This record gives sequence, C-alpha cells and structure tokens, in this order.
Amino acid sequence: MQGGTAAVERVFREEYGRLIASLVRRFGDIDIAEEAAGEALVAALEKWQESGVPPNPGGWLTTTAGHRAIDRIRREKQRDARHQAAFMYYHDAPRERTGPVEDDRLRLLFICCHPALAPEARIALTLRLLGGLTVPEIAQAFLVPERTMAQRITRAKKKITSAKVPYRVPEAADLPQRLSGVLAVLFLVFNEGYLATGDGDPVRAELTGEAIRLTRILRQLLPEEPEVAGLLGLLVLTEARREARVRNGQLVPLHEQDRAGWNRALIAEGHDLVRECLAVNRPGRYQILAAINAVHTDAPSAPDTDWSQVVALYDQLTLLDPSPIVALNRAVAVAELDGPEVALALVDRLPLAGYHAWHATRADLLRRLGRSAEARQAYDAAIAATNNTAERAYLSRKRGELV
Amino acid sequence: MTHYLLAVHGPAERGEFGNYGSKEEMEEAFAATGAFNDKLRADGYWVFAGGLEPASTATVVDGQGEAPVVTDGPYLEAKEALGGFWVIDAPDLDVALKLAAEGSKACRGKVEVRPFEGLA
Repeated sequence: MQGGTAAVERVFREEYGRLIASLVRRFGDIDIAEEAAGEALVAALEKWQESGVPPNPGGWLTTTAGHRAIDRIRREKQRDARHQAAFMYYHDAPRERTGPVEDDRLRLLFICCHPALAPEARIALTLRLLGGLTVPEIAQAFLVPERTMAQRITRAKKKITSAKVPYRVPEAADLPQRLSGVLAVLFLVFNEGYLATGDGDPVRAELTGEAIRLTRILRQLLPEEPEVAGLLGLLVLTEARREARVRNGQLVPLHEQDRAGWNRALIAEGHDLVRECLAVNRPGRYQILAAINAVHTDAPSAPDTDWSQVVALYDQLTLLDPSPIVALNRAVAVAELDGPEVALALVDRLPLAGYHAWHATRADLLRRLGRSAEARQAYDAAIAATNNTAERAYLSRKRGELV
Repeated sequence: MTHYLLAVHGPAERGEFGNYGSKEEMEEAFAATGAFNDKLRADGYWVFAGGLEPASTATVVDGQGEAPVVTDGPYLEAKEALGGFWVIDAPDLDVALKLAAEGSKACRGKVEVRPFEGLA
C-alpha cells in the first residue's frame, strides 16, 4: 500500500502545476484552486489505490478538482454574496487575450514571479504552485520557520487577489523584462540547491532538480527564447557536475573534480543547448554563462581547459553585466591565463568584502603566490563568511595545508 | 475594474520651488503632469487627482473622545510625506503600474500604488 501512496503522490506532484494553473484560470482564485487540488489528491489516494492510476491521471485530477471547486463555490454562494459576485465576474468575462503563448502554467509562472511581489515570495510561490512542494518543504529548503514561510505565501496570495495581479502572459513588448524576472527566480532556486546555506546537506538535489524541471517546462512553452535555452543549458551543465562536487562532506573545486563522475547525458544536452543559442545569435547573460560551463565541461582534464575562451566569454558578459561578481569570476579565469599576480590585482579592487567567494578567491591566489600569512587571513575571512558546510570544510583543509 | 491610489511621496519640507531644484524644473514637471492628467481622462482611467499643500499645513483631529482633540502637524512626523495623488480606475495591477511609471516620470517623484478595498 505504501508503494501505491508513493505512486499517487508522484503522479500528483508531476501534474500539480498544470492542475493548479488550469484551476486558477477557471476560478480566478488561487486559494480555491489549491483547496480543490488538495481534495482531488485525497480522492485520488482513495480511488487509485483500489482501481489503479487511470490512463489520463491529469485529466482525472482536473475533472475531480473542478467538481470540488464548484461544490465549494456553491456552498459559499449561500453565505458570501461578494465572493459569488467575484466568481461570476471571472466566469462571465469573455476570455481575455492571454498573450503570445497559450498555457495556463506559463501564466501562473508570470503571476508567481510578478515584480510587485517580494523576491523571496516569488521563489516560494513558484515552488508551491508550480513545483507542488509543500509549505514545510519550502520552509525547510530555505531554513525559515514553517510559520514564517506560510505567512509569506499567504501575504503574497492576498496581494495577488487584492491588487489584482493579472493572470496573463505579458505582452510581447514587456516579455523580455518580465521573463528575466522569471529566469532569475529559477536560477535562485537552483543556486540555493547547489550551494545550500545552513548546517544541513551542502547540496539540496530536490531544489536543483525542481529548478531544472520548471526551466524545462518554460522552454517547452517559450522555445524561441534563447535566454530560456541558455538558462537550461547553464543549469544542466552545472547539475552534471553535482555528484563530483562534494566528497566526504568537502567541496571539490572544479580542477580537482573526477571528471569521470560527471553526468555525460546532461553535458551532451547542455552542449546542444549552447550550440542552439550560438546559432540564434542573440546573446544574453544565461547563454554566456552556459557557454562558459560548456568550455569547462568540454575539457577532458582541468589543464586542457581553453582559458582564453573562458576569459573572452567573461569579457562579453561584462559588457552586459558589469558587476563586481562577474569581474571576480573573470579574474579566476585570468589567473589561469596570466598568473595569480595579475588576477590578485584585479580581485583586490573589487568592493566585495562581504562576499565569501571574494575572500576564498583571494586566499587561493595568495596561497599560489606563496604569501601564506595573508592567505591564512583570507581563508579565515572566507570561512567566516560562508554558510555552506562543504565549502567551509574545503576552506579549512586548504588553510590547514598552508606552510 | 479596480480603483488604485497612486500616491506621490516626497520631502516633507519644501523649498522655494516645491520639491524641485529650480523654477524651470518645477514648470516642466507641472506641464508633464498636466499632460499625463489629460491622457488619464482621455483613456478613461481618471477618477480624481490633486496635489497637496505641505505636510506642515496638516491638522490631526481625534474625535473618538467626548470632545475632539485638535493637533497641529501631520499624523506621522517623517522626512517624507504624501505630496499628491491620483485615484485611477484600471483593469489590473499591470495597467496601474504602467500608469504609475508614467505619472512618476511626469511629476518626478516616486509613486506608491495601492488598491482600494472597495469604493463607496
């Protein structure tokens, strides 16, 4: 029976985003959609364990949840005329123009990532409504108390309803800007999984996996957008190295990783995506980051890496995004090409004293220059600034090896 | 349609040219705001709008007790204060945010967008 429950829950999880999105479109209310979806799950757990998962589970869930939502609205009709009026409004309204792409999930994603919502609320809503993660799961992933996360989500949903965040894909003219907000949320979800904060697991594969799954859906919906392909490429090329990136609880830096442990299927997929982006020739931030990762994953060993290509790509990225973090990453590549001294001069100029990677990079460059005392100080600062257990363990080891 | 308050916030203390650096700047902002108001009316979003006298002209009245208590000054003492506002009728938040951006550019101030719970 346990296996049966797990199977139902897996199907439910896979269908959840589509289910919620279609219910939100029909009923114009996220709470009604979530409640009806929850009731449909209970019904599925009962029914499917007896008679097996139906051939079209998504259709079954949608129909069942739709009936439950209508039942609830009928019940509320008697006691809440105002709600009923809202329901009539949504139901009688002629189907609005929904933007360039007709898909409920895409519309829901643009609601969840609306710029009028706080960034942390965007991430939480996306994981809740499209990813189907539970509130406790999201709270755990972001290390906040469950109650805080529940409040964050409730407040965001209230704002969506009260301020009337529209349920549609932005017009073509607004799409690039709004899309970059959606991509940023997916990238943040991935990064939190890849370099998890807190004392728990250094990597949270459920978050990296979920970010990739949602980005794949986004790519199906917007196949013509090179930045979507770029983000997907970046995520799969990064995910491909996940297993090799932590050993015995310690972070393994790129040049020390066992490349036989990299996921070849993901690398092949990522390289295909990068080639596709190059052919489109409308470069963007994620496409360039994906290309940099393609160069790394193309090299049979660390010394084979085409560093001049990496630096050239960072130069291109700097034109789009002249931020100190990009400059820091560029300097890491410069160190391989022109030596640590040149790189250190670049790094020392950056206003990133609060950023663990700045201290870690300085520590490494100082170590390579034989300036052990300064390196030790920099390692201390990096260890103090990092929130990831595996990175802390790695930095402590490197500090211990200083002579 | 939903009613939104577009509230313009700016320094509570105003100089010779209001919140603006010079007479020219002030006149440009007034002209741009006038044009924006005309557009709101022409496009059917207009409900009401107005600029307010400085916060120092405000009076707070508490009528909850037996006799009303009248106090000089704004309710909240702050460096920033409400300087003016629009009330618009818009189909959704995206439209309201777009209009707020235009209004902000016209009057040269930050605009807070807030939906009305309802309208009497």
